[in-house]
Amino acid sequence: MRRTGFLDFYALIFVAVLYGPVVLLPIFSFNDNIYITLPLSGFTVRWYEEMLSNESLMKALRTSIKLGLVVSVVSTTIGLCAAKALIRNSLPGRRAALGLVMLPLVVPSLALGVALLVTLRLGFGVELSLLTIGAGHVLICLPFATLVIMARMEGFDQSLEEASLDLGEGRFSTFRRITLPLTLPGIVASLLLSFTVSLDEFVMAFLLGGDDTTLPLFIWSQLRFPAKLPTVLALGSCILAFSFVMVVVANVVRRHGLPSQTSAR
Amino acid sequence: MDSMTQAGSDLRTAGGPHHGRSRQTAGEHGRRGGFIGALSALLVRSEALRGYLLLSPALVFLLCLLVLPLAGILVLSLFTQNYVAIDTTLTFANYWKILKPGEGTYFLGVRFPFETPIFMILLAKSILMAVAATAAVIAMAYPMAYFLAFRVTHHKMLWLILITVPFWTSYLLRIFAWKIILGYNGVLNSGLLALGVIDQPLDFLLNNPTSVVIALTHAWLAFAILPIYVSLEKIDRSLIEAATDLGDNRLERFLRVTLPLSMPGVISAVLLVFIPTVGDYITPAQIGGTSGVMIGTLIQSQFGKANNWPLGAALSVFTMVSVTALACLFAWLAGGRRLRA
Repeated sequence: MRRTGFLDFYALIFVAVLYGPVVLLPIFSFNDNIYITLPLSGFTVRWYEEMLSNESLMKALRTSIKLGLVVSVVSTTIGLCAAKALIRNSLPGRRAALGLVMLPLVVPSLALGVALLVTLRLGFGVELSLLTIGAGHVLICLPFATLVIMARMEGFDQSLEEASLDLGEGRFSTFRRITLPLTLPGIVASLLLSFTVSLDEFVMAFLLGGDDTTLPLFIWSQLRFPAKLPTVLALGSCILAFSFVMVVVANVVRRHGLPSQTSAR
Repeated sequence: MDSMTQAGSDLRTAGGPHHGRSRQTAGEHGRRGGFIGALSALLVRSEALRGYLLLSPALVFLLCLLVLPLAGILVLSLFTQNYVAIDTTLTFANYWKILKPGEGTYFLGVRFPFETPIFMILLAKSILMAVAATAAVIAMAYPMAYFLAFRVTHHKMLWLILITVPFWTSYLLRIFAWKIILGYNGVLNSGLLALGVIDQPLDFLLNNPTSVVIALTHAWLAFAILPIYVSLEKIDRSLIEAATDLGDNRLERFLRVTLPLSMPGVISAVLLVFIPTVGDYITPAQIGGTSGVMIGTLIQSQFGKANNWPLGAALSVFTMVSVTALACLFAWLAGGRRLRA
């Protein structure tokens, strides 16, 4: 047993600082006071009841779920194909293609959103709708989907596919019977992560949205009214709890059955 | 075999439209003669062609919704807003508006000699705030990444997941959390009042550049750990032992071996945090108030209330180019120092 040093202490403080502000949301969402102030004044589930009876909130929730499902399926499908191609080092122009797929990671989302807005509205004359938000969300999710699935594919022995081909299976049935089952944890993780990213994304939805309101847009519209804040706290706590579970499950699933711990991201 | 891949890559450069057609005939390779037969035979044998067929959905998507929009915004920035219509004569008028010399004003003791200095001042301010946030993020994330790489022996996966989960959760809500902490009637003020530490709420907590930098630092903290951790994890432990054997103490060992070898991770962490924070919109809008305004706020307003899309496009392009230039300069300087060490 090594001695406990400064770094162990630092790590504990770090985790506390990382989670501290966010933990305030659930704490105050049960507080029986319309103002978010200390000391706490009693336990209530009033704000959660208000949340459930808020019709426009529920509509935004349905919109966000619909959007998230489509975005996660589309970005994971595109990402799966791209990952399959990009794990081959022999692919000519691999670095350039990988760079292009990862580019949305390093461009500020405001710049991405504005560029998309300009092209879709002025270039193609597309009306802003849920579809345009979805396009923006797929753009943001694609690098994550590709990375997660690539990491998973790199984790298993590529010779399994070669063996299957040598033993007479066709390319498609090799993909279905070897690649797909082995990559499945990565695919599931990608679906969960993309759904979470889409559910939580604000800037793209703000710039590219038409009349449809997603959950983050709904929250944004409520933040101006102090009286609405407790409901936002209840809603925010639910979203945070949901995202937390989704991301933890995604991270556990994607590493399931992998021998090494190096593919962390 | 060599000539085959050569032919494959020749065909690939010949253009993508063949891909769709060749997919349908992939199963019948060799049996059909002529152009389609040759194509399908190529597809089966050429690794590269198959690769690009798989990549094509991503490439088409990214060309239409990333490359084209980035080119589009560049073109729009050369147009001008003419009341309700957009004048499509190509001109540098928007950039001239940003950079036109003039009387100027002072910001932080530096004169900004422009006719409309607000653009350059906001850009400089955004960059300074992003630099401050990035420096704080790296300073706080490095020891944590070091801890994960060298001290954690059990449940490493659990630690990594714990540290990275906040990054995936709602950015808007994480910023909102700071609003309820730092607000005039917020958690911090009411807590201090209840404890009797202060007898009036502190009004300097929210709506200023400092509160924005604090929230930005906290929001991006989880994102910076992974690249640093990965580069620390890759360091050959025998190099560190060798430094100890050759008489370096712990500090020397860290400064001369561990830190230089982890610089690639630090550089990518800096870029991953700095670039998005300069153009952030949510944080200044929520907790910046009027004094915490950043360039992103101004860009968004051109596409919203101010309704001058070409100027917004020019500001966006100008910001992206400046930020990319700064990022490249930093990577070059930091990388160069690493090579000399």
